[in-house]
Amino acid sequence: MSVLVWVEQSGGEAISSCWETMGKAREVANELGTSLVALVIGADTAAVAAEAQTYGADSVLTATDPVLADYRLSAYVEVLKSAVSEAGATVVLTSGTIRGRELSAAAACDLGAGIAPDAIELGVDGEKLTATRSIYSGNILTDVIFNTDIQFASARPRAFSMPEAGAANGSVSELAVNISEADIPEKVVSIEASDSGEVSLTDANIICSGGRGVAQDPEAGFALVADLAKVLGAAVGASRAAVDAGFIPYKNQVGQTGKTVSPDLYIASGISGAIQHLAGMGTSKIIVAINKDGDAPIFDRAHYGVVEDLFEMLPALTAEFQKRLG
Amino acid sequence: MKIAVLIKQTPDTAELPKVSADEVSSGSVQATMVINPWDEFAAEEAIDLADRFDGDSVAISMGEGGSTDALKHALAMGVGSAVLIEGDDSAADDWSTAAVLAAALKEQGSFDLVLTGKQSVDGNSGSIFVGLARTLGYPLLVNVSKIVNVEDGSVTVERLVDGGQELVVCPLPAVISVAKEINDPRYPSFMGIRKASKADIPTISAAGLGVTASSTVSWTNIRKPQIQSTETQIIEGGSVEEKAAKLADALLAEKVI
Repeated sequence: MSVLVWVEQSGGEAISSCWETMGKAREVANELGTSLVALVIGADTAAVAAEAQTYGADSVLTATDPVLADYRLSAYVEVLKSAVSEAGATVVLTSGTIRGRELSAAAACDLGAGIAPDAIELGVDGEKLTATRSIYSGNILTDVIFNTDIQFASARPRAFSMPEAGAANGSVSELAVNISEADIPEKVVSIEASDSGEVSLTDANIICSGGRGVAQDPEAGFALVADLAKVLGAAVGASRAAVDAGFIPYKNQVGQTGKTVSPDLYIASGISGAIQHLAGMGTSKIIVAINKDGDAPIFDRAHYGVVEDLFEMLPALTAEFQKRLG
Repeated sequence: MKIAVLIKQTPDTAELPKVSADEVSSGSVQATMVINPWDEFAAEEAIDLADRFDGDSVAISMGEGGSTDALKHALAMGVGSAVLIEGDDSAADDWSTAAVLAAALKEQGSFDLVLTGKQSVDGNSGSIFVGLARTLGYPLLVNVSKIVNVEDGSVTVERLVDGGQELVVCPLPAVISVAKEINDPRYPSFMGIRKASKADIPTISAAGLGVTASSTVSWTNIRKPQIQSTETQIIEGGSVEEKAAKLADALLAEKVI
């Protein structure tokens, strides 16, 4: 028996939400009284494997091969299944990234195992994993009971806290990979990284969002939101109203039909606080609302409220933080 | 080229907040049921691909008898034809649903592409199309933001991944889940709606497909999320600068910056 975690890497670096998953996996392994095994896949695995040793893994399995340089489901799923077998894993976890969700689901389906996708809580009941999922787009919660010997889950990024790295522990061993390029139908022609310096919404500690309140001058309004975000090292978010009006691309949308986020700090500027928006950010640790309408529903859920026009308040706040954070 | 597009009938997103835990537990959600919004992007892409590559598009849905509104929406948009797989998918797990869909697709003929939305707004699992691709043994491309080309038995797509985008080629047949960035779904035309309302949608029985249902997971303790009551502190001050300073003090004290 063991708990197996896939540590996803991109461009030679681990995706940080995988360490959150590792932290929770360590607790699950302790409760089950089993070992925690990390799996690192790629053309180069040494650096991320060494890092995994500092995040609580009892041992690390690496699958190192040039054909594994790019993430491709049909190859990675075979490696994951080999690792499950090698580690005798009964609990298999990934972060709930796009790839983590796809890979865990594919391996679970192949093995006829149960899965809890995008889990927001994980625990143990007897010998089995338990999970909590958010369904109906954030409007219902359900616990998941597994009826299979092997149990899969992907953990929603930021649902679990980031563990502290400790001293390196355990061994690293190489998993035999027997996959040739001819076995893999998908061919990655090119990879383009998104704008450098842009903070991803789902990983962000701080999010500054804008809504319909920018309408009088959308470009200037979102520039002010972005200025504050830059000073705070935050990601830029938006309400559906702002996205539908074409003020900002869909990838920035937070809410029921956008991204679900849970940052430490969420600053909502000119966002009224429709229930669909709250479904996507309501679990943020601290919520700040800036809105010139003091009756906006967002104030009912905010920890701090400022009744001001964002066009005046945001420059002042940005200047203040520039002063404080230097 | 034959294109299948998978359609689910789900609660209208405006009514999702009103869905109760009891309704979900008993499997009888009272909300107005419409086409899953993510599936509209898949339907639009199926129509567009059928035009671009001179193909046929078929919308396929699984649900109880008579639950054809979502399929009719797809037909009204311009999808060529529709099929309903009659069956109750509520008791089974995602892998059973995927297996039923796979069997139905095989029965309907050989498809070159199977298009789906990114997930349903009710189940939120995003696992069905993964299970479908694995069951059919087709390659899977998720979160596709552009279908660049289909030629010589392969498809070239752009897909969005965490931190960037990739250009990927893979042989047909393949399963593709589409991202919202891929297109702007059209509104059904008046003529389209009229035609769809008269359409006779053939049904096939899920039970007749010979798939053994599995139940790898069960749901329990279904509940509404607790809304934490928050004490709102309104930052007062004589100027925006004063308010900004007070808010900065408060947020630094909260140690969230």
